[in-house]
Amino acid sequence: MSETIQARVLRVIATTQRIPLEKVKPDSTFEELGIDSMDSINILFDLESEFDIEIKDEDAKKIQTIREMIDGVTYLVDSKQNPSAQTATE
Amino acid sequence: MISALGLDQQGFWHSLVSGQSGIGPIPQDVGPVAEMGMNQVRFKNGAAVIGYNAEAYFPRKAASFMDRFAQFSVIAAREAVTNAGIEWTEELRDNAAIITGSCMGGRFTDEIGYWELFHHGRHRVHPLTIPLGMSNAGASHISMEYGLHGPAYTFSTACSSSAHAIGNAYWMVRSGAVPLAIAGGSETPFFLGGLKAWEAMRVVSPDTCRPFSANRSGMVLGEGAAMLVLEPLEQALARGAKPLAEIVGFGMSADACHVTQPSAEGAARAIRAAMRDGGLAPEQVGYINAHGTATEANDRMEAAAIHAVFGSHADTLPVSSTKSMHGHTLGAAGAIEAAATVLALRNGILPPTMNYTQPDPECELDVIPNQSRKKQAEAALSQSFAFGGLNAVLAFRSLP
Repeated sequence: MSETIQARVLRVIATTQRIPLEKVKPDSTFEELGIDSMDSINILFDLESEFDIEIKDEDAKKIQTIREMIDGVTYLVDSKQNPSAQTATE
Repeated sequence: MISALGLDQQGFWHSLVSGQSGIGPIPQDVGPVAEMGMNQVRFKNGAAVIGYNAEAYFPRKAASFMDRFAQFSVIAAREAVTNAGIEWTEELRDNAAIITGSCMGGRFTDEIGYWELFHHGRHRVHPLTIPLGMSNAGASHISMEYGLHGPAYTFSTACSSSAHAIGNAYWMVRSGAVPLAIAGGSETPFFLGGLKAWEAMRVVSPDTCRPFSANRSGMVLGEGAAMLVLEPLEQALARGAKPLAEIVGFGMSADACHVTQPSAEGAARAIRAAMRDGGLAPEQVGYINAHGTATEANDRMEAAAIHAVFGSHADTLPVSSTKSMHGHTLGAAGAIEAAATVLALRNGILPPTMNYTQPDPECELDVIPNQSRKKQAEAALSQSFAFGGLNAVLAFRSLP
């Protein structure tokens, strides 16, 4: 399941950033992919649409890597599917 | 002036000096259509004009021909013209200029039309949507208010709009092209579509505006208007007027690098240009009214620019962001902050940066934290750095 999420996150990043999908790896840095702060906000916006989630401003500010995007989206998707798990982990 | 700090200049200055903030919950009835429900916006706070009733200022029919931003423009111009004691001669009416700035203009009105079309599924919008929505409506209504036939136009350079307006008006007066100018700006950003757009940028604070403070959480939007009357100093003194300050310099630049990330180099270039234009040495500048939006990107960039221009003088140069009280009024910000700068020179008091609780090592400046300060500055700057990388800096000197 999380693999699928990861693949979808990478696809969204590639599409939004208009770069080839094969260049986007879970451990790529923002720098390598030419992602600046405005690009990052655009990507988060498209991730919200792709997964029907809402990313809070304070979380958005902290995200610095592709890995954090994948982990954050995974967490939000899990919380949505299983609301009780969210309270358990918090 | 009209702002979250009061319906006139006196209220504005009183609040600035006493450190009273106009930031609070955005009133639900401030928007163009109450049923839009502005409570669906994630951030709740803004610096709205409270207690405003258009009919106290305009006959009912006249008010219906003006968007809220245009009404504010006229109200601000009336106060400036009255305080300046202008008596309109035929020659003055033929030649005086009106130069205004607004970022969003009458989009407040546009949104009513969109609501009808896209929400109610209606097939028509109000016939006044175009004349109310246009960004030059403020300048146009000021011209009609006084019957002024000279040059009149509007700048839209985002958050530098009214600084560009005042600077260009200053140059026109200085060159002798016009004998007098009314210049400033107006903005009314509290409508659902606009607030949603700011929300999407993730730059608006969930609580308040803490410029230069390490625990800052973003900007807070504000509404309001300010207009200045500019004329040659000798002319003002000759007719017995009491000018508030002398405008001495104007500098502009473009970052030419990123549409939202500001550049310290671009900002520094505009500051230097304003000082060169005004013949000011760094030590003469005793106060800066900063752009100070309380976003990390702006505050750190602005601190770096000030240090680059002023060198060691930056260590003791008082710099405050009054946005901590009147909010970020976008296209009106340059004018409202120019007014704050002028009043600081006039009264020998520097307004504070409010909500300053944690020094940011990346912003090592004397930010006049949380309390106004008695100090007569010789000269002062008002800085505006817009999205799109368009910068405008105004320089003023105190008068005896």
